[in-house]
Amino acid sequence: MIAENYILWAIAVPLVGSLVILLTGKMPNLRESVTLVTAVTMFLVVGSLTHVVTRGGRPSVSLLEVFPGIELKFTVEPLGMLFALIASGLWIVTSLYSIGYMRGNNEANQTRFYFFFAIALACAVGIAFSGNLFTLFLFYEALTLSTFPLVTHAGTETAKRGGRTYLGILLSTSIGFLLLAVIWTWSLTGTLDFKPGGILAGKAEGPMVGILLFLFMFGTGKAALMPFHRWLPAAMVAPTPVSALLHAVAVVKAGVFTVLKIIVYIFGIDFLAASGSNVWLMWVATITLLFASIIAMYKDNLKARLAYSTVSQLSYIVLGAALATGASVIGGGLHIAMHAFGKITLFFCAGAIYTAAHKTLVSELDGIGRKMPLTMGAFLIGSLSIIGLPPMAGAWSKFHLMLGAAEAGQLIFIGVWALSSLLSAAYLIPVIARAFFQPLPKLAGAAATDEGIQEAPVFSLVAMAITATGTFVLFFFAGDIANMLAPIAADGK
Amino acid sequence: MSALFSAHLPAIQVVVPLISAPLCVLFRRTGATWLIALIVSWTSFGISILLLEQVIANGPISYLLGSWAAPWGIEYKVDMLSAFVMLIITSIGSISMIFAPNSVNSEIPDDRIYLFYTMYLLTFSGLLGITITGDAFNLFVFLEISSLSSYVLISLGAERNALTAAFRYLILGTVGATFYIIGVGLMYQMTGTLNMVDLAQRLPAVAETRTILVALGFVTVGIGLKLGLFPVHVWLPNAYAYAPSVVTAFLAATATKVAVYTLLRIYFTVFGTKIFTALPIGEFLLLLSLIAILSMSAVAIFQKNAKRLLAYSSVAQVGYMVIGISMVTATGLTATILHLFNHAMIKGALFLVLAAVFFRIKSVKIEHMAGLGKVMPYSMAAFVLAGFSLVGVPLTVGFVSKWYLILGALEKGWWPVAGLILISSLLAVIYFWKIVEVVYFKPRPQDAPLIHEAPLAMLIPMWVLVGANFYFGLDTDITVGSAKAAATLLIRGAP
Repeated sequence: MIAENYILWAIAVPLVGSLVILLTGKMPNLRESVTLVTAVTMFLVVGSLTHVVTRGGRPSVSLLEVFPGIELKFTVEPLGMLFALIASGLWIVTSLYSIGYMRGNNEANQTRFYFFFAIALACAVGIAFSGNLFTLFLFYEALTLSTFPLVTHAGTETAKRGGRTYLGILLSTSIGFLLLAVIWTWSLTGTLDFKPGGILAGKAEGPMVGILLFLFMFGTGKAALMPFHRWLPAAMVAPTPVSALLHAVAVVKAGVFTVLKIIVYIFGIDFLAASGSNVWLMWVATITLLFASIIAMYKDNLKARLAYSTVSQLSYIVLGAALATGASVIGGGLHIAMHAFGKITLFFCAGAIYTAAHKTLVSELDGIGRKMPLTMGAFLIGSLSIIGLPPMAGAWSKFHLMLGAAEAGQLIFIGVWALSSLLSAAYLIPVIARAFFQPLPKLAGAAATDEGIQEAPVFSLVAMAITATGTFVLFFFAGDIANMLAPIAADGK
Repeated sequence: MSALFSAHLPAIQVVVPLISAPLCVLFRRTGATWLIALIVSWTSFGISILLLEQVIANGPISYLLGSWAAPWGIEYKVDMLSAFVMLIITSIGSISMIFAPNSVNSEIPDDRIYLFYTMYLLTFSGLLGITITGDAFNLFVFLEISSLSSYVLISLGAERNALTAAFRYLILGTVGATFYIIGVGLMYQMTGTLNMVDLAQRLPAVAETRTILVALGFVTVGIGLKLGLFPVHVWLPNAYAYAPSVVTAFLAATATKVAVYTLLRIYFTVFGTKIFTALPIGEFLLLLSLIAILSMSAVAIFQKNAKRLLAYSSVAQVGYMVIGISMVTATGLTATILHLFNHAMIKGALFLVLAAVFFRIKSVKIEHMAGLGKVMPYSMAAFVLAGFSLVGVPLTVGFVSKWYLILGALEKGWWPVAGLILISSLLAVIYFWKIVEVVYFKPRPQDAPLIHEAPLAMLIPMWVLVGANFYFGLDTDITVGSAKAAATLLIRGAP
């Protein structure tokens, strides 16, 4: 019973925190303390569920019946556990970072910022712990709406346009496809619960499976499958902490988490693999992951480059889900964690460069590594993890994914992932090379300012150090995470 | 005493508002007339709850007016559907009356305010009468009472355009009522009765005759005019746009709902589901409403006046309700009946916000609403939340309606229809978001006068409705329960 209460607390804590943030809005120091305390409390609450889940427990709680037969219901299983741990854990780090960033850049409306941030986290954990498709859909939409004010935080014309794209794509895919798929599933099966082995086997057949998969996958706009990926680069108008936590971790991971969850618990990997309806999805994911990498190479804006890199990395996970084997879904789950640490580090660095030197373009970064060695050092570590080189965490998830491709007998995708590693090196290494090996530009006017660049604020550095260390440490704990996730592959059998 | 009281509730429900209307003319003083309207509305609200409870506990109530036995006398009939619709009318009426004083005092000249409350009470009793009566001709009488008084209500609008809008509504509304009564006349000619239950029993014998089919056509067009069915909705946008703000909120939330109720009553109680197989009437309605939900939502996107924008949105929303009817299934009718209630909550809330906006800035042109997010934060937050419900975000009533409507379409295997409904709700995102962007992203002009948040007397009623949007989005026992029960009764064609 205690575990059941913790589930509700995990969602209630950030919601209560958000209200206290509103009340303490006039006192910035107190307000930021509230954010930190909320984040730490939430992480502890989420963390206390871990041992229950690793021992095979599946705590579940139903709040109320919204429609006859459809409840607002939460169930914790390994995949959701992992996602919730990452989202809430990285929120602590991001909060530290935000304090440095928001104050360093004198951003306006900071109370609103922290308020919606806390709500977004509550939604992310709601998605992670959702016990049925209805609950998942509810928090999925709430996450879209609660992050809109964060994306458009600047309130400028560009922010408004970015916000339109963001909301437009995420809402139209979710209402147009996902909702339809959910209601269809309900009318086919009479249940929306996530069940090990799926609920569609025996209820859907033939081309219907393919159409449902199409609706579910493109309906999950947050997974950024092409051609519905444009919202992610558009969201980069947001302040960097938002890009870091929400658009490298919470929101996008909510998308691929939904994809994994639907394939594992609604379709069931065996049913999907047997139906053969998953082949097209493999190719859509492949195209997305290759094209996005290529686009990333041509983006001069650092955050845009990172955004396209994220689009590409998300498709690793979708491809893992599409392969529908034990190893590939575990690899997908692992990659949620590994990519989160790597990419949040990179975004922290991008934000630190902006705060310290007011630079946003890759071409402006010549020699900046000499002035900001710690920041660019962290960038290097993050990059290595994204590329998938040991001893960084990204190596393991890629290994599992490739294993999954072999298991599925689709060897070609091993090649796809190898190629993708090369492409990620091609868009990330030049940034580091410029920063460390090019001399600082010697322009008459700019020289003085560029000479004066200092290392990023302490708060930001601490945050970066934590996540960069994380990418390294996770390399050694990847086995434990894979063990925790193992039941999702077994569930499918 | 109390037994006597509760036995006569159906009559009290209609008669009290009807006789308090002339009372308002006698009193004339603004405060007194408001008080009468307020007390009457809340009393009726209470009676509606009692009636609903009685129906849930004991089944349909039949009340013989003046103890004249049906079918010779007039029978009042309260079943699940009519009790539910009365609950909508009276709850919206009660909340509008709390909201009204500020808005009415600022929009209507002092010497005509008593007219507003008089006409409101007449409309109110007319709508209740339509809902409660079990007699096809008596329904016409109440239809005329509610229509004539609503023409006056609309013409009380401050702009001169209100007069032309009211006149246009008068012409089309009269045509509609006339068509309806012609249809009823033809039915009387063939069956010799006007009592709905009686009609239902006698119609099958003559169902195939041309006269009855023609009667059906007349009735459909007549009611279609009243409910703003595309393409005979043309009176509606201007009427909503130029009527006094409170009138718009009240009529938008109730009048079209009662027209939909009438359609349900005539189709399912009087004619029975057989007409849908005898005539392609379902297909006809489906086609019109599909055009309505797409074209009217698209037209709404290009509106410059927020009230008119929401008016077009209403025509589209009526389309959703008619789609539910055209399915002729229990789920479809559940969706329709649910949306009667849910849309009343949504549009009621949205129009009350616009009334508060008009109260402060004397305009509801979208461009004039720039920057209101900062100066009227609570009103605008209400607008955004009610808008979420309009779009159908989960946790809101709008989502509940959409869920059942799509479910109904999928049960019928109507894939394209489900798709078009979803597309139309995406159009709703666009027109609603257009206002939100102006309100929150555009700064208020420098020379704009300093204004404040709306007074509490306006904020509370509007937030009560917003709260209802979320409460009934989560706890659907009452709404879905009543709607399902009513739909099951209708689909069986049981009287």
